[in-house]
Amino acid sequence: MTGRIAELRGEAEAAIAAAATSAELEELRVRYLGRKAELPNILRGIAALAPEQRGPTGKAANQARQALEALIGQRAEQLAGGELEEQLQRDVVDVTLPGAPPQPVGHLHLLTATRREIEDVFLGLGFRIAEGPEVETVYYNFDALNFDVTHPTRGRADTFYVNDDVVLRTHTSPMQLRAMEAEPPPLYIIVPGRVYRRDSDATHTPQFHQIEGLAVDEDVTLADLKGTLLAFARAIFGRDREVRLRPHFFPFTEPSIEVDVSCFMAHVPGERCRVCKDTGWIEILGAGMVDPNVFGYVAEYGYDPERIQGFAFGMGIERIAMLRHGVPDLRLLYDNDARFLEQFG
Amino acid sequence: MRVPVEWLREYCAPDLPAAELATRLAMTGTEVDRVEHHGVRELDHFVVGHVLSAEQHPDADRLKVCVVDVGGGEQAQIVCGAPNVAAGQLVAVGRPGAVMPDGTKLGRAKLRGVASAGMILAEDELAIGPDHSETLVLSDDGLQPGDPLAAVLPISTDVLELEITPNRPDCLGVYGVAREAHAATGARLRAAPWEDDPGSLDRDDIGVEIAVEATDLCPRFTARAFHDVRIGPSPPWLKARLMAAGQRPINNVVDITNYVMLLSGQPMHAFDLDRIEGRRLVVRRAADGEQVVTLDEQTRIADADVCLIADAAGPTSIAGVMGGNRSEVQDDTTSVLMEAASWDAPNIHSTSLKLGLRSEASGRFEKGLAPEQALDGQALATKLMLELTGARLVPGTVDVGGAGADSYARSVIRLRDAQVVGLLGVAITRSQSALHLQRLGFETAERPDGLDVNVPSWRRNDVTREADLVEEVARLHGVNDQLPATLPRRRGAIGVLAPAQRLRRRAEDVLVGRGLREIVGWSFESPTRDDRLRLAADDPRRAHVVIENPMSEDAANMRSTLLGSLLDVARHNAARGQGVPAIFESGRVYLAGSATLPHEHHALGVLVPGDIFAAKGYLEALLRALRVTSSFAAASQPFLHPGRSAAVRIGSRPAQAVGWVGDVHPLVTREWDLEAIAAFEIDLDAVVAAARVVPEYEDLTSFPELREDIAIVVDETVPAAAVLDAVRAAGGRLLARAEVFDVYRGEQIATGRTSLAIALTFRARERTLTDEDVAPVRAKIVERLREQFGGELRG
Repeated sequence: MTGRIAELRGEAEAAIAAAATSAELEELRVRYLGRKAELPNILRGIAALAPEQRGPTGKAANQARQALEALIGQRAEQLAGGELEEQLQRDVVDVTLPGAPPQPVGHLHLLTATRREIEDVFLGLGFRIAEGPEVETVYYNFDALNFDVTHPTRGRADTFYVNDDVVLRTHTSPMQLRAMEAEPPPLYIIVPGRVYRRDSDATHTPQFHQIEGLAVDEDVTLADLKGTLLAFARAIFGRDREVRLRPHFFPFTEPSIEVDVSCFMAHVPGERCRVCKDTGWIEILGAGMVDPNVFGYVAEYGYDPERIQGFAFGMGIERIAMLRHGVPDLRLLYDNDARFLEQFG
Repeated sequence: MRVPVEWLREYCAPDLPAAELATRLAMTGTEVDRVEHHGVRELDHFVVGHVLSAEQHPDADRLKVCVVDVGGGEQAQIVCGAPNVAAGQLVAVGRPGAVMPDGTKLGRAKLRGVASAGMILAEDELAIGPDHSETLVLSDDGLQPGDPLAAVLPISTDVLELEITPNRPDCLGVYGVAREAHAATGARLRAAPWEDDPGSLDRDDIGVEIAVEATDLCPRFTARAFHDVRIGPSPPWLKARLMAAGQRPINNVVDITNYVMLLSGQPMHAFDLDRIEGRRLVVRRAADGEQVVTLDEQTRIADADVCLIADAAGPTSIAGVMGGNRSEVQDDTTSVLMEAASWDAPNIHSTSLKLGLRSEASGRFEKGLAPEQALDGQALATKLMLELTGARLVPGTVDVGGAGADSYARSVIRLRDAQVVGLLGVAITRSQSALHLQRLGFETAERPDGLDVNVPSWRRNDVTREADLVEEVARLHGVNDQLPATLPRRRGAIGVLAPAQRLRRRAEDVLVGRGLREIVGWSFESPTRDDRLRLAADDPRRAHVVIENPMSEDAANMRSTLLGSLLDVARHNAARGQGVPAIFESGRVYLAGSATLPHEHHALGVLVPGDIFAAKGYLEALLRALRVTSSFAAASQPFLHPGRSAAVRIGSRPAQAVGWVGDVHPLVTREWDLEAIAAFEIDLDAVVAAARVVPEYEDLTSFPELREDIAIVVDETVPAAAVLDAVRAAGGRLLARAEVFDVYRGEQIATGRTSLAIALTFRARERTLTDEDVAPVRAKIVERLREQFGGELRG
């Protein structure tokens, strides 16, 4: 009997080694180890053997079975590896074809994208975001911002009037007062929003967007304004930028300044820079120290001009966006042509 | 304000090219729009010539052939078309090679067969006067042929185009800008040209009586009289300066008034004294409806807030704005009354606005001039009248309201050292501050904590407080170069988006993430848009904020819905072959109410190709992202398909209506040349306010859910939402979710019926549910649907 076992084992070992596919191997497993195969039958028939044969026969049969099982396992792994390799080769695709289904890519409008970027810079600098009404009283838009009664922008040639006391705000500055009325110092806010002026050409639209800034504390200085705007300019226009402050006049700041940022275009000798006109500087915003008269209108809310001081600034989002992206005509921003929209945001 | 640099340098001449001077001015607060050039650029080839002979051209009646001594022993033959050219004259000659102001280069030419080398020039050809009819004849002040023309006439100057801010009317005169140039560069400032006054102030019997009735509108009125005036052209140097400053020369007297204004900032007016009826001028308020014919021969209608100057025959001028034509200086004028007055700035401003009449004078008066300037103007004008018109000055000056020369009050303001440093954040010494202020004409006196600063008359309106002085110091000290860049200490200030702001960004990002493109529309819309959107007469969205002075009539209303903007953009793109893009806008809408200010809210609107379900898919995604529970009920809008539109509601008990969704009405799509689009609009402020900002943890993982699907057949008129409401009501505590995932109508069920496939998800917080737990709940649901809707379980 042990001879037969050795014979089966040898025959099976040879067949397993020769098996070329997983299917063939499975056939061999059934043939030699399956329920009806001879070797398992021998094991099941052990009890019927003579007692002295049971030991050696059982042992040999068990060893043979275990050896064959191990061998089949090994061979199966070998075969599977090869077959997977073949499968992988058959699976090759043209990876340059597009994704399916193609996923649409949406876009924020350039103005929103730019506004959010600017907001994020000032959030990082410790400013919060305040928002106010676009239809505003003459009081907040002009009077309490220290605009002289003869100041030209009060005129109906420059400002949209809803009635004698109500205008479409001409800047985001009225929110300076509303914010101070709502909350005592220290106050660090920016005010993004839509504003309106009666103007229309390639660089002016009757509606546009501004971001106002206001910082009021006991010891906020003009130097702090410079540092804040330098940080802003570098965040938005590049780390190598410088800012330049020029004295100017605004009714609601004193001293008032205009701020230029150093040109960020690559300058080609002999070619006039379309952005800075070769001056090296680009005007980006107006600013200054809050005029004591403005604080005078909100003194009762904790803004005593003898005790606190602050700076304010205001910039046009359109202008920043156009400068950064080389958009030549403001009106493109409001055409909302899909071919324009998909370039940004 | 155009400031010819040649003129400026008479009073302050920094050793700087014009461009650098412009930069210095800009960096100290005088904004320079640009630096222009006026007149010729190259001075070469422009010389004084002596006409030796002028003979008739053989072949042209209107031309003369001149032989001109051009210096250096050289004679040039020049053909000239001017009728006045004659032998013996000293003339301006452009020699071959000369480049004219318009850029043309003179050469040698033949005119009707006669050789001509260069041109004998008229004043307009040099841009120093308006006249073209005659050649410019130079007066013989020891001039030699060949002398450079530029030494005789200001034929070339840079011009600073300045943007003078409204607080600085003192810079609306060349001398005022010279003061700034002095302060900015340190270059010497010459004495003001009105320092030596040839006139006298000790009497006022000049032959004309002045009565100021409206003293509130006219703080000061001065007048001087001149006889034996000879009206004629001004000399070339004066014309040249006016031209470079952008003012057209008229005649010597009018030119003097303009010259004085451009130099000193004080507007002047010259009356023909003999045309003042009754030899008496009254300054008074107009009667309502009173008519004045101004210099431009327009009839202006005044009211009681308009200040007039009148004589016995009625009004002659609108005070401070424009003279009248009845008493203006004419060619036969021989006596002149020169007026220099101060007017109430706000009144001039409102008169100018009311009459739609702006002039160089009103533009200065409305900004507030110092009364001292009136006599400055008189002094300067007197000098020029005597010099240029041969006039004889009547001794004395009428000065109504004047406080006498230099006796007006001057304010003194304390400038504390600590305030300079504290406000600017840079150490500036007291002596530095004093130097800056003195250069600007302020007088300073040392005090223990700073300076007492005496404000000069021309800065009286602008500098009234310590902060104003700090500004003066800062701008001259250098806000740019001398200032460090520091950051505020911002104690306690934290930069963070408010929840509503964060959620608004989230809402926009959800749509962008799904492929939508954001648009930014106009707040303005046409009053016709309401009709195009089919809004009913009583629709609340017709309560527009209306602009009184719109850019155009079709932009007079503020929008009350975003739909119009979305439709406009859809059409813009469709008309350009772009199809209708899926778009959204996140922006304000405006509704007028009874309060002073209208109601504004931030709305979110979407427009997409397709039907209500396309739009609703985006809306539901958006609301889920914000964690807002929502419900929908069929409800119409005038601009939506009546059977395919819904009201959007959020929350429950009670649900709050926040918007609409639906197919856009075919009549509206047709109106915008579009087809098959759907849209929604929600009040984003309201939605965001209802959002769950800080969600609370719920254990969804410890125990598995059990899901069962049922299909229920109901009448097709039964809304799915009603079925789900019933399912939820019957499902009780164990039913976590119920969602419709399929709808079927067709052969397998009865006509008029619809089958809704509903996914039921059961969950218990503390244990794993079994089929035995769920079976009775499911049975209850089915029973409820049967009772309530006649619903039959299918399959």
